[in-house]
Amino acid sequence: MTFQLFIQLCINGLIIGTLYGVVGMCFVLIYKASQVVNFAQGEFLLIGAWTCWWLLTYWQIPFVWGFLISLAFMMLFGLALQMLVLRPLIGEPVISVIMVTIGLSIFFQALMKWMFGTFAQPFPPIFAVSKVDIFGLQVQSAYLMSTGVSVLIMAGFAWFFKYSKIGLAMRATAFNQQVAQSLGISVRQMFALSWGISAAVSAVAGVVVGIVNGVSSALSFFGIKVFPAVILGGLDSVFGAVVGGLIIGLLENIAHYFDSQFLHWGNLYEIVPFYVLIIILMIKPYGLFGTRDIERV
Amino acid sequence: MSNAAPKLEIRPEAAPAPMLAVNNIEVVYNDVILVLRGLSLNVPEGKIVALLGSNGAGKSTTLKAISGLLKTEDGEITRGDVTFLGERLNGIEPDKIVRRGIFQVMEGRRIISDMTVLENLRLGAFTRKDNGVKDDIERVYGYFPRLKERTGLAGYLSGGEQQMLAIGRAMMARPKLILMDEPSMGLSPLMVKEVFSIIKQLNQDLGVTILLVEQNARVALSVADFGYIMEQGKIVLDGTAAQLADNEDVKEFYLGQGGGEERKSFKNLKSFKRRKRWL
Repeated sequence: MTFQLFIQLCINGLIIGTLYGVVGMCFVLIYKASQVVNFAQGEFLLIGAWTCWWLLTYWQIPFVWGFLISLAFMMLFGLALQMLVLRPLIGEPVISVIMVTIGLSIFFQALMKWMFGTFAQPFPPIFAVSKVDIFGLQVQSAYLMSTGVSVLIMAGFAWFFKYSKIGLAMRATAFNQQVAQSLGISVRQMFALSWGISAAVSAVAGVVVGIVNGVSSALSFFGIKVFPAVILGGLDSVFGAVVGGLIIGLLENIAHYFDSQFLHWGNLYEIVPFYVLIIILMIKPYGLFGTRDIERV
Repeated sequence: MSNAAPKLEIRPEAAPAPMLAVNNIEVVYNDVILVLRGLSLNVPEGKIVALLGSNGAGKSTTLKAISGLLKTEDGEITRGDVTFLGERLNGIEPDKIVRRGIFQVMEGRRIISDMTVLENLRLGAFTRKDNGVKDDIERVYGYFPRLKERTGLAGYLSGGEQQMLAIGRAMMARPKLILMDEPSMGLSPLMVKEVFSIIKQLNQDLGVTILLVEQNARVALSVADFGYIMEQGKIVLDGTAAQLADNEDVKEFYLGQGGGEERKSFKNLKSFKRRKRWL
């Protein structure tokens, strides 16, 4: 029984880990393209989830449409946020930009509470069966979908940055803005686009978590959980974010297992990622796949 | 104005307007450092024009003023104008200038070292929307066969190969005018020869106009049609490449062919005075 619990938790960890990986990629995307450490990443999940929830409950539209409209909205939201708030800050000190993103995080959290209340709201049932039995293990259908979607997103990112013209241009912008401009790339457009993509993809994760746990401001905690993941993987490595996300997801759940079975300290689940964060920063501050000389905040 | 008589337009100048005209520009960095002080030069279509001068003369700044990259370094054209094909370029964003057909190969190659050769070439064609990109990649490989063999990251290429890649990347944009900043930098003499023969070949085969900034005056004048020599932010001498290569002062200051050994010290004094007259 305990062994089965262990396996179950590992599976959960991997599923949550892919979600961390996806949000981590979004975080790294913004960091790489526009050198902004975005503390409002979790709010992208929150706003995306609330938007989708609102479309589904108030307007009663089918999930697929609500989901797609939410993504489109979040794309525009990310673009607008970059153009209106972050663009005027280009060239300002790193600390000012960080303060602005923290401010945005608080602002949007408060705004969501004001608009939708403080209680967690459940999504209308989307899947015919809420849990699927795989080899004797209970897996939530939403999590199954989330893993599928996450893997698709990761493959999409890989393709985008390797083969698409815009993806290459974003990499060039991340490499050196002056070089990118000399090639005819509009750095401003790339900045805005990175925010747009990041917001939309984060919203996917937000909706998935919202379906499982209900939508509430707790969702934005994801944005904080992503920090250990991206710092473990390397702040400027998209691949590292995925690996970091998986490791953190697994660690959380393994910690939960040991806590519930042997230690009984309680809540180790929540804290372990941050212990990991501290240890990584001490022994390998540039992460597993990060560039050694990147500037840290 | 009567509209009865047919208008007869008489152009004062016989020569057609140059492709690129830089007219009396002044460039200031950070609002205080004056780098170019009334610089003018013309680049006729289809020609190679060399811009020569010593360190700190403002050669790279001139190119960046044309390509708009000055903006990224907090520089600004405060007077005069840059005209390309009859349109004023002052203050236009660098990426839009690339779309108008001016491509700068920056000093030190500046290839994207964490991408492959192919990805670098594809990025060169970023502004293009036609379907000829694949053919053009093959064309670049035709000019630089050794690039085709390099499948790893561009950062691992040798200096000469990186310069080839930088030139190839410029070709991918199919520009009308290429601004080249010190293509000979850090290359072996043999490689310099190879790179410059390719530059000449590009100009002849594709008819692309080239404005070339160089420290190596000898090799630059060997491929150029016209030359300008600048000192301290101004043009001090200009002429056809042959005229410049024959000029006594140029020979002495830039080509290292000044008078005999025994007159050296005396000559230096004189040449210092003569050089001062230029500035």
